[in-house]
Amino acid sequence: MTPAPVDWSEHPAAAAMARRHRLRAWEPIPWVAALAFYFLFPKYLGFGTELLITVLFAISLDLVLGYAGIVTLGQAAFFGAGAYTVGMLAKRGIWNEPITGLILAALVAAAVGLGSGLVLLRTQGLTLLMLTLCTMALLEEAANLAHDYTGGFDGLDSLPIAPLLGRFEFNPLYPTTQYLYVLAVLFVCFVFVRTLIYSPFGQSLTGIRENTLRMHAVGAPVRRRLVLCYALSAAIAGVAGGVWAQANAYVNLGTLGLDRAATVLIILVLGGYGRLYGAFVGAVAYMALSHFLSKIYPTAWQLGLGLLLVVIALFARNGILGIAEAAAHRLRTRATP
Amino acid sequence: MTAPLLETRALSRNFGALAAARDIDFTLEAGARHALIGPNGAGKTTFVNLLTGVITPTSGTILMKGRDITAVAQAERVKLGIARTFQINRLFRRLSVLENVYIAVAERVGAAPSMFSPAGTRRDVVEESMRLLETVRLTGDASRRISELPYGRQRLVELAIALGLGPEVLLLDEPAAGVPSAESHIILDAIDGLPRDIGVLIIDHDMDLVFRFAERITVMVSGAVFATGSPREIGADASVRAVYLGQRAHG
Repeated sequence: MTPAPVDWSEHPAAAAMARRHRLRAWEPIPWVAALAFYFLFPKYLGFGTELLITVLFAISLDLVLGYAGIVTLGQAAFFGAGAYTVGMLAKRGIWNEPITGLILAALVAAAVGLGSGLVLLRTQGLTLLMLTLCTMALLEEAANLAHDYTGGFDGLDSLPIAPLLGRFEFNPLYPTTQYLYVLAVLFVCFVFVRTLIYSPFGQSLTGIRENTLRMHAVGAPVRRRLVLCYALSAAIAGVAGGVWAQANAYVNLGTLGLDRAATVLIILVLGGYGRLYGAFVGAVAYMALSHFLSKIYPTAWQLGLGLLLVVIALFARNGILGIAEAAAHRLRTRATP
Repeated sequence: MTAPLLETRALSRNFGALAAARDIDFTLEAGARHALIGPNGAGKTTFVNLLTGVITPTSGTILMKGRDITAVAQAERVKLGIARTFQINRLFRRLSVLENVYIAVAERVGAAPSMFSPAGTRRDVVEESMRLLETVRLTGDASRRISELPYGRQRLVELAIALGLGPEVLLLDEPAAGVPSAESHIILDAIDGLPRDIGVLIIDHDMDLVFRFAERITVMVSGAVFATGSPREIGADASVRAVYLGQRAHG
């Protein structure tokens, strides 16, 4: 039984696999929208900058949680590590150039991710969740105690960040530079993550998420892959933290807090994890909702958010994007009976 | 004489007071078509788990081509050429059939660590995966998700994944369990079509399959090797029959 050599690249499954990383028609939409926002709402660029940083942070979480299946509550540890790297270097007058500052933030956060990942990723499930939380709490307390370097509870403010490319000032009142800068940083990081998840490495991360035991049985170095993924995700979270410190010209303990880590998790679940664009949808939905709800119900607006999360958890596990996908699937199957 | 492909010496494993494997001396020669049979709870799957490194033995050694691999980790043993299928499907349920096989092939050829080129552009991996799917007659289902596939077809994906690892030793833990009889010949054909130098150990309850396939049979009872021989010898052995009927052998 030796079949004649067939060109399998013609087969629909092989063709789909060769095609799946290509740009889809709707993919430029968020970027066009982000640019349009810049021109349409010049008064809200501060809000827009915060939103873009949140998206970047959520993307870093999606890489570990959505793709590799590492359940973490401590992602803010890396955000804070990046933010404090930028903050401490600038405050002490050691380094304040923004772009190289971000690279340093990424390296420091990656080192924290690598070090903690080597220990944490021996565990899984609830133990892992608690340990990620502990790592973050340890860092937060360390930042609180090392008052001389970190400013302790007060944080570091009025960071003297150098103008971008030596020309564009970061003006806290008119954050036009910040907005475009953060958008560019987000774009670069997004392209990196997108490339990663469609690569064979990304495919093997998905395999680990779907069935860790099977990955061992196909000879994959599971823990090495997870640690690497964890460190890469930490680097991106570090960039998000670093750019946050630069855009706001301050750092405080909040960058390392559970509040930030939990919010980004909520955003990702709301948008839909393991979907790359869930971070965008979730961040926009969360920020719009909290804005809207806090206006109509200023004292207990988080109740509304909580209820929405319960509904998502019960009926739409895959978040807003999951609902959209299911609807699109239904439309397509109805169109071709 | 060269060392056998795979060999165990006095291999034992205890779970608390239960001796799931007791002093197992076993050899699998290159090119063997060997079957492992025994009543439920005889320790067959435990034995496969010991061979593949899922669990570590309490005592005893495992040798591959004369090299002691007792302490070698599971993933490393795969690299040495020991592949298996699972008694209960262990697949990437939300991925497509092709992606499932792709992951295994990518690991073997060393494509898996690459980060900056899309998975689909590794045409060598895609094409080999498709060829493997052809051996198990699954090309028609290549785009479907595992979770959409009937259980029997999923068994075939298990087999394709194991073959994708390029094994020298192939351990098949009840490969035909749950496969409709109309499709079980696909599994046997695929096994028959394997390169002759691969050593195959098959565990199954289906005596038709075992006697059709095996050139040598080992019977396990209560964690120990009860008998080893050719199918003719085992078939004629009254004490083996007694064990299979759940009775104590007389005489």
